[in-house]
Amino acid sequence: MSENEKDDGPVAGPTPPLSKAKRQTNRRRFLRTALLTGGVLGAALSGFLPLIYAKKKRLRPPGALDEKDFLGSCIKCGQCVQVCPVSAIKLADLVDGMGVGTPYIDPRRQACDFSCDAVQCILACPTGSLTYHKPDFLAVRAGAALKAKPILLAKEKDAEPTLNMTERIGVARLSRPEACLATQGKGFKGQARGADFTGELRYMDVDRWKPIRVSEHPYDVPECDLCVRACPIKGAISIETVMAPNGSQHKSPVVHEPCVGCGVCEMICPVEPACITIEAGEVWKI
Amino acid sequence: MSDVLKRRFTEQIKIMFGWEPRKPEKITERAQQVHIMKRMTNKQDLQATKSHMRAHEVKSTKWRNRRWITLIAANLLFTLSFSLDIQILEGALTASRFVGFHLIDLNSALQVMLAHKHIINNLIIGTGTVLLLWGLLGGRTFCSWVCPYHLLAEWAEKLHLFLAKKKLVTDQTMDRRLRTVFWVIFALLALGTGYTVYEAISPTGIVSRALVYGPGLALLWVLALLFFEVFFSRRAWCRYACPIGLTYGVVGIISPVRIKYKLDGCFHEGDCRKVCLVPHVLDTVIKGRAVDLEVPIGPDCTRCGLCVDACPTGSLTFEVKGLQKLL
Repeated sequence: MSENEKDDGPVAGPTPPLSKAKRQTNRRRFLRTALLTGGVLGAALSGFLPLIYAKKKRLRPPGALDEKDFLGSCIKCGQCVQVCPVSAIKLADLVDGMGVGTPYIDPRRQACDFSCDAVQCILACPTGSLTYHKPDFLAVRAGAALKAKPILLAKEKDAEPTLNMTERIGVARLSRPEACLATQGKGFKGQARGADFTGELRYMDVDRWKPIRVSEHPYDVPECDLCVRACPIKGAISIETVMAPNGSQHKSPVVHEPCVGCGVCEMICPVEPACITIEAGEVWKI
Repeated sequence: MSDVLKRRFTEQIKIMFGWEPRKPEKITERAQQVHIMKRMTNKQDLQATKSHMRAHEVKSTKWRNRRWITLIAANLLFTLSFSLDIQILEGALTASRFVGFHLIDLNSALQVMLAHKHIINNLIIGTGTVLLLWGLLGGRTFCSWVCPYHLLAEWAEKLHLFLAKKKLVTDQTMDRRLRTVFWVIFALLALGTGYTVYEAISPTGIVSRALVYGPGLALLWVLALLFFEVFFSRRAWCRYACPIGLTYGVVGIISPVRIKYKLDGCFHEGDCRKVCLVPHVLDTVIKGRAVDLEVPIGPDCTRCGLCVDACPTGSLTFEVKGLQKLL
C-alpha cells in the first residue's frame, strides 16, 4: 500500500497495454482469488451436513418446526437457551451434524420439564422457528397435532392449566420393555440416576419455582413408576396391566395421546440405558 | 451536493462492490487550485514542514481505544447477560434483545428470510431497529465497533504486518469483487436450498456464540481463517469474503456519521492508507485526486478511526452530517 507520490494530472489518459510482469501478477491474483472462493465454498458446503443428517431425527425444543423448516428459519442466537430454567436446551457444535449453533435437547441428560410454566423458549424465539402455531403455508403432519392443549400437572389448579403447545416434538416409547422394572414387578429405592447425575427436575411438593437436582430427591417405591410420577403432562403416561402374548399378565408403562415428547420419562428412568426413550419428531399413531 | 461530489458518491458505491478506485474525471475549481498550489510549493519548504510535523507528532490511539472498549463492552454485555443472568442484552450477535427490544443482525435476518421465505413480526421489528441504528451510525461501523471477529482479525493483521516487515510473509492480495460474488452466492444458496448455509461458517456468529455459550469445535474454522490471514493474505475474510460487511455497507450508504477529508492541510504522506482496514476508500488522499476541498469518505469505510489517529495534520476527522455546527 505504498503512497502514490507521482504527480500527474487529474484526467487519466488512454490505458496503456499491460506489461508482461503486470499480466503475470494479475494471473496470480486471479488464481489466488479462485483458491479462496473454492476454500470458502468448500467450507460452506459443510453447512449441508445437517440437511443430510436431518434424516436422523433430533429432539428440538418445544414448538419447533419440522426439521427442514427449522434449519431454514433458526437464526442461531440461543435466546431459547437463555430462558430455559433447567438448561435443557443446548446448541449444536460443528461435529454434531445438526447445524452449528442450532438448539436441541438431549433428554437423557436434561429433559424439558416445563418448569417455566409457559414454554418460554417459544416466546423467546425471534424468527418463529419455535412457535405455538405453524404459519398457514406449513403443513401439520398427521399425528403431530395434539388433540387438546396439554394440561400441565403443575398448573392443574390454575385458571389456565394448559400449555399453549399445539404440536408434539416427539413421542415416548417403551424401547426396552424387557429391562423395565415395572414390567419385572420390581420396586426402586435410592437416587434415580445416581449421585453424580446433574439433571434437574421440578418437584411440586418441594418448590414450584425452583427445580432441584434429581440426585437430591431419592425415591422409595415398592413398584417402579418413576416415569409416571415425573411426567409433567396430565394423562400422558400411566402404569397399566398388560397381557403378554403367552397369556401372562404384568405391569407396564403405557404412553397415551397427550404425550408431547418432553423427555422427562427418559431422563428419570433408573435403568441404564433408559427403558423408555423419546422418538424425536415422531407422531401419534393409533 | 455538487456534481463532482455526486459523481464521486456513485463511484464510491462501485468501489464498495469491488471496483478499483480510479483517478477522478472532474475536480472542482477550488480543489484544482489547491492541487496546483501544492505542485508549485517549494519542495524543500514542504519537506521542512513535513519533518517538523513528524518531529512534533503525538502518536494518538484515542479512537482505537474508544473502539476497542466499545467492542469489548458490547460483547461482554452479551456474555454477562447470560452468565450472570443480568438480562440486559440477551442472545448472541445474530439476534438478541436489548432490555426487551429485538435486535437482529441484518445479514442473518436476510439469510433466514431467503431460506425460510416467511417473516414473522419479531423478525421485522428486530430487523427494523437494527436497520435504523446502523443506518444512523454508518453501516460498516458494525464491523469495527461491534464484530468480535474483527478484533481478532485486527490482531492477526498486526502479526501479519510484523511478519511481513521481517520479510517472512508477503501479502497475497485478491480481487475485491469476490466479496460481492460471495454475497450473491450465499443469498442464492439460502434461497435455493432453504437452508442458511452462510450461518454455518460465519465467524461473527461462531465467535459471538462461543463468547456467550462457551467454546466449541466450530472455533477451529475461525482459527483456520486467522491462520490464513496471518500467513497468506492480509485480513482476507473481511476484505474478500464477508457478506455481513457488504450488507451493512449498503445500509450505511446514506449514513450521517462518516470520516471527512480536508485537502488543505494534507501533506499526502499516506500514513492513513497504511493503517486503513479498507484502503481503497482513502484513494482521495492520494496527491491530486481529491475532487473538492472537503471530501466525505465512501460507504465501505468502517469508521474505525485509525486514520484519524494516524493523520499528523488533522486532515481526517469524524463528521456527523447536519450536526457539525451543533457539535
